[in-house]
Amino acid sequence: MAASSPDSAIRLSLGVRALIYVVLIFFAVYYLLPLAIMLVNSLKPLDEITSGNMIALPQEWTIEPWLAAWSTAQIGVQPTGLAPYFINSIVMVVPAVIISTVLGALNGYVLTKWKFPGHSIVFGMMLLACFIPFQIVLIPMARILGMIGLAGTVPGLVLVHVVYGLGFTTLFFRNYYNAFPTELVKAAQIDGAGFFRIFFKILLPSSGPIIVVTVIWQFTNVWNDFLFGASFADADSQPMTVALNNLVSSSTGERPYNVHFAGAVLAALPTLIVYVVSGRYFVRGLMAGAVKG
Amino acid sequence: MTIQDAGRPGARRRTSAYAAPGMRERLQTWLPKLVLSPSFVAILIFVYGFILFTGYLSLTPSRLLPTLEFEGFDNYVTLWGLPNWWTAITNLAIFGSLYIVICTVIGLGLAILLDQKIRGEGVLRPIFLYPMALSFIVTGTAWKWFLDPGIGIEHVVQTWGWESFEFGWIKDRDMAIYTVVIAAVWQSSGFVMAMFLAGLRGIDNEIIKAAQIDGASNFRLYRKIILPQLRPAFLSAFVVLAHLAIKSYDLVVALTGGGPGRATELPATFMYSYTFSRNQMGVGAASAVIMLIMIASVIVPYIYAEVRGGRDGR
Repeated sequence: MAASSPDSAIRLSLGVRALIYVVLIFFAVYYLLPLAIMLVNSLKPLDEITSGNMIALPQEWTIEPWLAAWSTAQIGVQPTGLAPYFINSIVMVVPAVIISTVLGALNGYVLTKWKFPGHSIVFGMMLLACFIPFQIVLIPMARILGMIGLAGTVPGLVLVHVVYGLGFTTLFFRNYYNAFPTELVKAAQIDGAGFFRIFFKILLPSSGPIIVVTVIWQFTNVWNDFLFGASFADADSQPMTVALNNLVSSSTGERPYNVHFAGAVLAALPTLIVYVVSGRYFVRGLMAGAVKG
Repeated sequence: MTIQDAGRPGARRRTSAYAAPGMRERLQTWLPKLVLSPSFVAILIFVYGFILFTGYLSLTPSRLLPTLEFEGFDNYVTLWGLPNWWTAITNLAIFGSLYIVICTVIGLGLAILLDQKIRGEGVLRPIFLYPMALSFIVTGTAWKWFLDPGIGIEHVVQTWGWESFEFGWIKDRDMAIYTVVIAAVWQSSGFVMAMFLAGLRGIDNEIIKAAQIDGASNFRLYRKIILPQLRPAFLSAFVVLAHLAIKSYDLVVALTGGGPGRATELPATFMYSYTFSRNQMGVGAASAVIMLIMIASVIVPYIYAEVRGGRDGR
């Protein structure tokens, strides 16, 4: 997506122009308000939410809800806070992202520069795998994880996320390398360079942008996943999203809304930071997932 | 022409090293396939093998545990006789159509407005889009409390002095599904905006200028010339949104938990509860197969056209 708009040919009167700004700003508020309300209410004492007004700023600012969400809130049966689950998510996300990105890069390289009969069928099958509803694999996956002893563990979740992330990582690299000049690869081959040498010396050095896109895409997807976490993790290996849902739905008695909001912001923080730091690449990943090339 | 052919001359030059060339050449031919094979085998087993397995399970009387005894289409008959499944399908139809239409309208509208040489576009665009980076669980949690009559919008408007104001859809069996639409539209409409904006930026300005010289009004310009050129963007938006709608699971779990009662049940939540909590694995598998068929009927024609178009284009 071009950052600078090409000189649009549409001409508008000043009044219409003002109206457009009003509408756009209205929508900006609409998108921002929920995050702002979450933040504001995570910094309030509970009674200011229940008897006060959600939209009002705190009369008394407090970080108590954040501390509670992090280390003492009741998650399921344990009053552990979200901290252990935050760590679970990190321990799950890092290897899952690295492995699926490396495999995706190699797959994309093979599928564009070492084409073999049937390469487009292989690619088509991997592409379709991106879009299946995961409900169709839940039952056999649970059985297999049990059989290989990975049920209810973080490595089990890593395996699941690598497998079901492969389609997209391959798609990203395949489309990127497709545009990479094949002549360079041929020339290197004539000079006697082998498969891996060509990959590391010629393709990898210019793969920066697509690596960023893939890592961000995978990071966001794996971090935000709920279905696999809820299906395959046990109480000790649950990722952040599952723990947040437990926190919100398990509290009995008076609901600590402020702690829930702090927990929600905590769960959103890693992906939000990635988005703020590198939104451009995030969008590119989304678009590549939607429109090929 | 394949790379392997091009590689041969290079390998032939090295025939001075006697034993090596055969081995090396063979390795170079096999290595790419060897590198690709773990991923391909994984996809073959974990995607296609599992689809077949679940498909077969849907034809067995599996309950708590899978059995391999063939039973025929009994589970499908049971499934389509269950009021809960009809609730899920009806909800998907309501949710899916509203979600797709509203996201498209908001997304297209914002994209057209943003495309008018807007100052501050660089600030607005990321604001419209950031919800897509959030987990549906976060979105669901946030909106669960905004829509809660006790502390959310209803409560806020009442404290402003409009005491009779009521907005309790999330607790209302007939209206709860629309709260799922509200939260889902908030999350995804910015993304649709980005897709349409990319489409708008790809349109040749010369065509627009030519139409203006012919005296076309802005409205006519959009209706007759610009919107028809956005066909691919409409198609992509539809496919992405339809596929997200059919897969929707997390948002409902976090927002309503499928309730009140089972009023916001969707196929994905139905599948999960029948398989894992109600011990009706055969029926759960059948519902998963129906979900796959629904998604495939949207995705397969699209991918087929994309892959073919891509081949012609390049």
